[in-house]
Amino acid sequence: MLAGRDLTAGPEGLNDHVRRLGPVPAGGPEIIEVLTRSGLTGRGGASFPLGIKWRTVATHSRGTAVVVANGAEGEPHSKKDRLLMTTRPHLILDGAFLAARAVRAKQVVLYLGEEHHAARQSMSDALAERSDEERRIVRTVSSPARYVAGASSAAVHLVNAGIATPTTTPPSAHESGVNGAPTLVQNVETLAYAALIARNGDAWYRSAGRRGATGTLLVTMSGGVAGPGVLEIEAGTTVAEATEMAGGATEPPGALLVGGYFGSWVDARQSWDLPLDAAALRTRGLSLGCGVIGLLPQSRCGVCETAGIMRYLAAESSAQCGPCFFGLRALADACSRIAERGSNPVDMQRLQRWANEVKGRGSCHHPDGAVMFLQSALKTFAGDFAQHPAHWRSQAPEARRPP
Amino acid sequence: MSDTVLWYTTRGAGAVTLILLTAVVVLGVLSALRAQSPRWPRFLTTGLHRNLALLTIVFLALHIVTAVVDPFTHLGWLAAVVPFSSYYRTFWLGLGVISFELLAAIVVTSLLRGFIGHGAWRAIHWLSYASWPIGVIHGFGTGTDTWSAWMLILSLACIAAVAVSVGYRFMNGARDPLAEQRTAFRAAVERRKET
Amino acid sequence: MKREMQISIDRIRCDGHGLCAEILPELIRLDDWGYPIVAPGPVPQHLMPLAERAVADCPVLAIVLRRAERAKPVSA
Repeated sequence: MLAGRDLTAGPEGLNDHVRRLGPVPAGGPEIIEVLTRSGLTGRGGASFPLGIKWRTVATHSRGTAVVVANGAEGEPHSKKDRLLMTTRPHLILDGAFLAARAVRAKQVVLYLGEEHHAARQSMSDALAERSDEERRIVRTVSSPARYVAGASSAAVHLVNAGIATPTTTPPSAHESGVNGAPTLVQNVETLAYAALIARNGDAWYRSAGRRGATGTLLVTMSGGVAGPGVLEIEAGTTVAEATEMAGGATEPPGALLVGGYFGSWVDARQSWDLPLDAAALRTRGLSLGCGVIGLLPQSRCGVCETAGIMRYLAAESSAQCGPCFFGLRALADACSRIAERGSNPVDMQRLQRWANEVKGRGSCHHPDGAVMFLQSALKTFAGDFAQHPAHWRSQAPEARRPP
Repeated sequence: MSDTVLWYTTRGAGAVTLILLTAVVVLGVLSALRAQSPRWPRFLTTGLHRNLALLTIVFLALHIVTAVVDPFTHLGWLAAVVPFSSYYRTFWLGLGVISFELLAAIVVTSLLRGFIGHGAWRAIHWLSYASWPIGVIHGFGTGTDTWSAWMLILSLACIAAVAVSVGYRFMNGARDPLAEQRTAFRAAVERRKET
Repeated sequence: MKREMQISIDRIRCDGHGLCAEILPELIRLDDWGYPIVAPGPVPQHLMPLAERAVADCPVLAIVLRRAERAKPVSA
């Protein structure tokens, strides 16, 4: 996807785009068959199969459906969506309009982060190059720069009610989303891949991939690597191979964070052979999420990192549900106490108890993601948590800037 | 003779209605304040609030019916439901009718709360802060016993009880533990200007 | 054959009033911050009257009884 044109050359204009890749097929609902066969899954974090999702919305649509292209990229360390938006905006737009034709939508919403100025500019310029009939159905909506604002229910709620808070699930957006219409919320990376598969076929997509996985995907390598940033890799590439592609580790890592802040810590020694593929990771109890892979150097402390991330996640609660707001705050405080003042059995017990009590008792996925992240930390850094000495914390408390 | 019985019943039922309605309002405030103790659980407050409200309606009905049926007042049934439509003590009775109808709306919506949803129910329930004082003023204006010692003391006690509890409630807020944070978060994620 | 029901709480509406836990302590207890933790599974028949009372008494109508069903797979 990213190959064939220098990435530092800025956004690809419409003419270059069409010349390089050929025109996107006009297509309609039959494209859903192709996508189902390709096995493409969503890249927003849930890795849900596209075919099923598009078919559900298409079934409910009476020509009234809405497509939301989610480029909000709320996960702090993820950069893939912004990279795509600033270099291949037309591919994303192709995917969005393709989806609109497939589910018979009459509106496309571009959901972009309010602070992502380069991406917004690039998408806006690209939109100006499109045909009148395409431009007419598009509206751009800004996502506030908060973690939960990037979630699909928050996007829908912002358009409907003016506030980007996640909502209680039923009815699902597929049946009743924006203005009560069946709504397809799809990550921009997914839409870009859909546009490529529409041109080149599902067999082309399946021909890539290693170790039994199919297709390619974008990951963001961050933390202790020489060249942090976005990579396009074949699905099934191991962590070791991806680290090599990113210039190698700056120092031997102690642990890896797979899947960003809602992902899991994994001990470094067990992680080198992990295949980077949503399905393969799921069988190992891990989640690819939005593809952020963070390397934690051995010299950094896992407990302190975890405490910092928990404080961030607690502060990002939308405060709609008591167990999430108070529970995550209490968990973050307990982690901080252990980090600052050293291990103690009372806080360790509290972490176990509260983690079990908070899970599943919020209205959206936020507390569950945070708790699963914490539980992976308790497992991976078990020794460190049990015997943590008091560290001096120079970081400002309650920083809204993500660690 | 029966006229006097009716007359005394009207006045007595009116006084009892005042006491009961005062208790209901105070219990409602205690409920909003989440008052409880080890020996007084919250469902007791809610349960009493509801049951006393229903009892209030019973005594209020008695008060209204005996007043209408009493030949001395020359009130028709219409006067009981259309405010300010009676010749007898037009203004003060009119206030009574308004207070009664507000209360009826509150009780009916509460019984149907499951059907109308929490938002609508709550909006109408605020009318209780109108129903009670209008009822008290009605009593002062039209009540035959207003200036007798016992009625005066009773009325002042009821006014004091409601004043103290309502005053306390509005100085302390409704005790929702997340209200402030939720408002702050919502302000942070409101819709931005769009292109 | 009586239908099996289970307790479902709207977590956004719930404000931690706690009446449900007072009325139905067999199935509902409060966490450290006053919010309900519900025991999983359907409501036993002998507790149904109390469960219905808890639903009626909730000041914000956050608790409902739903038909008990097997867990469905969650879609994205």
